[in-house]
Amino acid sequence: MAEPVLSVVGIQKTFSGDGEPCPALAGITFDVAGGDIVCIMGASGCGKSTLLRIIGGLEHADAGSIEGVAGSAAGGASAAMIFQDHALFPWLTVEENIAYGLRLAAQNIPEDEVHHRVQELLTLIHLGSFAHSLPHQLSGGMKQRVSVARALAIRPSILLMDEPFSALDTFTRRELEDEILRIRQKLKTTILMVTHNPEEAVYVADRIVVLSERPAIVSEILPVNLVHPRSFTDPEFIRIREEVTRKVQGKPDEEK
Amino acid sequence: MVLISKQALRDYGKGLSVIILFLVIWEIAAILIDNNYILPSLESIAEVLFHPFEPVLGGASLMANTIVSLKEVLTGFFCAAALAIPLGMLIGWSKEVQAYLNPIIQILRPIPPIAWLPFAIAWFGIGINSILFIIVLGAFFPILINTVDGVQGIRVRWIEVAEMFHATTFEKLRTVIFPGALPRIWTGLRVSFAIAWMCVVAAEMLPGTTAGLGFLIMYAYNLGQLNVIGAGMVVIGIIGLGADMLFKAGQAKFFSWEGKE
Repeated sequence: MAEPVLSVVGIQKTFSGDGEPCPALAGITFDVAGGDIVCIMGASGCGKSTLLRIIGGLEHADAGSIEGVAGSAAGGASAAMIFQDHALFPWLTVEENIAYGLRLAAQNIPEDEVHHRVQELLTLIHLGSFAHSLPHQLSGGMKQRVSVARALAIRPSILLMDEPFSALDTFTRRELEDEILRIRQKLKTTILMVTHNPEEAVYVADRIVVLSERPAIVSEILPVNLVHPRSFTDPEFIRIREEVTRKVQGKPDEEK
Repeated sequence: MVLISKQALRDYGKGLSVIILFLVIWEIAAILIDNNYILPSLESIAEVLFHPFEPVLGGASLMANTIVSLKEVLTGFFCAAALAIPLGMLIGWSKEVQAYLNPIIQILRPIPPIAWLPFAIAWFGIGINSILFIIVLGAFFPILINTVDGVQGIRVRWIEVAEMFHATTFEKLRTVIFPGALPRIWTGLRVSFAIAWMCVVAAEMLPGTTAGLGFLIMYAYNLGQLNVIGAGMVVIGIIGLGADMLFKAGQAKFFSWEGKE
């Protein structure tokens, strides 16, 4: 395994809403190797998104540490997050949205380099002709591609994706899953993705981290050793998919 | 090419027909009453309107008075915006500041600006400063309230994106909060300009003023020249309408993204 780009060590998080403290994460530990796609799965409400937000520096853990990736306190971002709802700025054009992170003081990138990177990314996501469009003029899939480009623009050491395609229709979703694989192939991007779709996880992931119900711990890390492009009808694909589904539901292994 | 839909044309026609009806009834009534001290005829009003550069009643021209009023309203309006937008952003941003300032704002807000006139005169004397004070008061609150609402309506997700990219507090204000709140701020500016325009005319009616549309109306009233008053009112209405149309056009041009994502 390559050197881990990200090490999640003993992350704990308890929410204290009204009265009762509600433990969400009870010591999460795993590594993500450089260039890998790792999917986090688990029953709904088990704290997958919270974990990703902690890694991205948007929330703080009660205990444990994130190693290898600078939290939001440090300068020079190295983790970039993609949300379920593209979260583009509706008043900026596609081009300006992609350049957003680059133009902040934290990046300190000269304007011709900003322009260069934006053009490169527009080509990468095939939206060159929409450079001057506003987000509301794009389809859902196109918006999410812009969101991916915006995150990639700062050349993050890891891309964090929080159920990035769950708001899209099946065909668009397939298209974007392939696009993510293509981008990884090309840029060697390391990706950590939360998903609730076992098929998606098995289709894109090198490894799948399964979280238990809350308070969540890592109940299993499943490798997916299938070559790309993967086929949804491959018996091995189906077997892993079924296994993942069982693990997420917390059911015991099938009798052999 | 500008395309106007048939529906839009028909709506314009409907609106225009009522205006024409209003003018016809006015004219008929004016002929029947036949007394310029009660209801001036349309011709006598048009006579003043169509000679905007000629002295009216031995004083300044209609145009000169209009320019005086416009200068006053624009000065007051920009002062109010310069005060209300930063303050509104601060209140919208900080719950602490809002807790301190909200009660006094809510108490002062419903007071009609004209009610401050005696104070204005006591503090600033008769003249331009008092008028500006009234305009600023009238224009201030709609901008303030809309700015606060705009800032508080910013999507948390947008701010998270900025944080993810390590934006500083000032960058968050400049790149997310201000542009995100701008459509609401614009609405505030539009409402407040209308109020400021009403305030300027009312404030100019005070004794001691020497120019402006409000002054012209009061001056004509003292001389019993109702046709001059009518002409002044037409100019006030047209400028108010024109400003509103400008704001609306700006909204359509710059904030077409609002509410769409």
